[in-house]
Amino acid sequence: MEKRKAKSLARRERKVAEAALKPDTRLLSGRNWKRDKYLVIMMVPVVAYFLIFNYLPMLGLYMSFTRFRPGAGFAGIFTSDFVGLQWFKQFFGSPYAWRLIRNTFLLSFYSLIFGFPVPIIFAVCITQIKNKGVQRVSQVLTYLPYFISTVVVVGMINNFLSPSGGIISRILTGLGAEPENYLGMPQYFRLIYVASGIWQSFGFNSIIFVAAIMAIPPELYEAMDVDGAGKWRKTWNLILPSIKPTIILLLIMSLGNLLNVGFEKVYLLYTPGVYETADVIQTYVYRQGIVNQNYSYATAVGLFNSVVTFIIVFLSNRISRKLTDTAVW
Amino acid sequence: MSTKSKRESFLAESMSDKLYDIVVRALVAIAVVICVYPFLYVVSVSMSSGQAVNQGRVWLLPVDIDFSTFRMVMDYGELWMSYGNTIFYTVVGTVCNIIMTCLAAYPLSRQRFFLRRKLNFLLAFTMYFSGGLIPTYIVVTSLGLYNTRAAMIIPVLASAYNIMICRSAFEAIPEDLFEEAALEGANDFMILGKIAVPLIKPTLAVLTLYYAVARYNDFFNAMLYLGRRELEPLQLFLRKILLLSSSEILQSSGSVTAVAAAAQSTIQVRYVCIVLAVIPILIACPFVQKYLVKGTMLGAVKG
Repeated sequence: MEKRKAKSLARRERKVAEAALKPDTRLLSGRNWKRDKYLVIMMVPVVAYFLIFNYLPMLGLYMSFTRFRPGAGFAGIFTSDFVGLQWFKQFFGSPYAWRLIRNTFLLSFYSLIFGFPVPIIFAVCITQIKNKGVQRVSQVLTYLPYFISTVVVVGMINNFLSPSGGIISRILTGLGAEPENYLGMPQYFRLIYVASGIWQSFGFNSIIFVAAIMAIPPELYEAMDVDGAGKWRKTWNLILPSIKPTIILLLIMSLGNLLNVGFEKVYLLYTPGVYETADVIQTYVYRQGIVNQNYSYATAVGLFNSVVTFIIVFLSNRISRKLTDTAVW
Repeated sequence: MSTKSKRESFLAESMSDKLYDIVVRALVAIAVVICVYPFLYVVSVSMSSGQAVNQGRVWLLPVDIDFSTFRMVMDYGELWMSYGNTIFYTVVGTVCNIIMTCLAAYPLSRQRFFLRRKLNFLLAFTMYFSGGLIPTYIVVTSLGLYNTRAAMIIPVLASAYNIMICRSAFEAIPEDLFEEAALEGANDFMILGKIAVPLIKPTLAVLTLYYAVARYNDFFNAMLYLGRRELEPLQLFLRKILLLSSSEILQSSGSVTAVAAAAQSTIQVRYVCIVLAVIPILIACPFVQKYLVKGTMLGAVKG
């Protein structure tokens, strides 16, 4: 009896202590607002920004269920005629829907499976270079393309591939190929998009793997030296297993971006002749919405894209949280 | 017998080690060449004589060095106007970005802040879901930002992702420092400015780079929201020069630029413009290298 009383007393005490530790988050407590007034003031501009430029557009998604007239302004969205699912039916009934979904998925899927291993291989190689100066210079030179604007990158691709004197065309001619207008041929668009994407990003993406490899304790290498392991075996049995958590984490994170095609690059790179393989959901939304002013229809297509993206990102984040709690860091 | 086999295996091992070294060095060399050659080629073409370029004699280094295209491009009023606009958008935009990021990240890093979880969610949710292109466009134009300089700055004032990076940098500062300052009567603005910001300078350097490069390279917002030529940033000008054919340039502007571009070898004009546009980035990048690793690590951990 006494024991039980003591126990319940202890439990109550613990609860009180926990409540004291747990911050008071009640919204309507004047004490809270007064105590944190400076923090609240700091947040005002940022919250205003996110409400206006991120949450108002979410409200504006309502226009994908109405017939919005161009020039009506934001308020006009809520006074325009409700049409239900008309725009969604129109989109999924059109021959474009499947083509756009396929192109969007394939461009990002190929970018992922061909682009993901490159920075890892490069990071392994560059950390084996013992001369620190050479290592640093090679690193800077390889991540530079990442910071070049899409306009310049596409401008370079365009001019290099030009059948009249572009450097890539000249090299291909030297190798015996017929110079052709590769950018105008649908079967080459994905190759050009993916290859140039790898060129632009592998150096930058390798930075995190380089850091992970550098963090491997030297004792582990020495232990393998004692075993008489060569460099190939060290790479397979020590380096790659050590950075496996980083690899898994980044792989999951890039899965979350699976429908996030670089809109700008496709837009600048494509021409009507290659829409068959190049047109993606976002470029279609741009043409339908901004160019043709079919605002409501374009918003409906965009909403479909946002919802699918949200599901993918949400799922991949779920997986990553599960794995990061147990495996990573 | 055993010593012999040991020596054999040692020799075999060192052979394979040598092969390994060769493969590794070759791959790094190839990677560097692939990244550097396109730029080197562009620079070489821009500095060669028009004749050498037309005859296809430029492969690696400049042939018959000749700066006449440079001089001609330097005379384009439109280039310098767009350059000036870009500098304005980049400097003002980046300063605003960093101020907003610090102002948001600091409160979100304070454990005691009673709105912390709610506001964190408000910001984080925008990384998962967005209203998309058209509703955003309608909001921005309804606010009267179309064809104003503010359209290049206000719609991209802060990035939730970068705020999260900055927040985790603030969280890494030992709590004692803040408590001490608070006991001495410093309010949160003083603590943020005098203690917190100086302690996360490496992170802020990386964020400044990210923001500045994004502002400098911003093409899409300019295309959406700017119709007047005197507001256009460098990237819009570049697009005209690099991607439209010279006849289209003639049609679209009819300016001195276009006539001159059509007269000179178009390709050289294009490459000179690339060189001039890329120089600021080439200068900025090596300076922040030592911070870059830290910045990307943070992004990955918190992403």
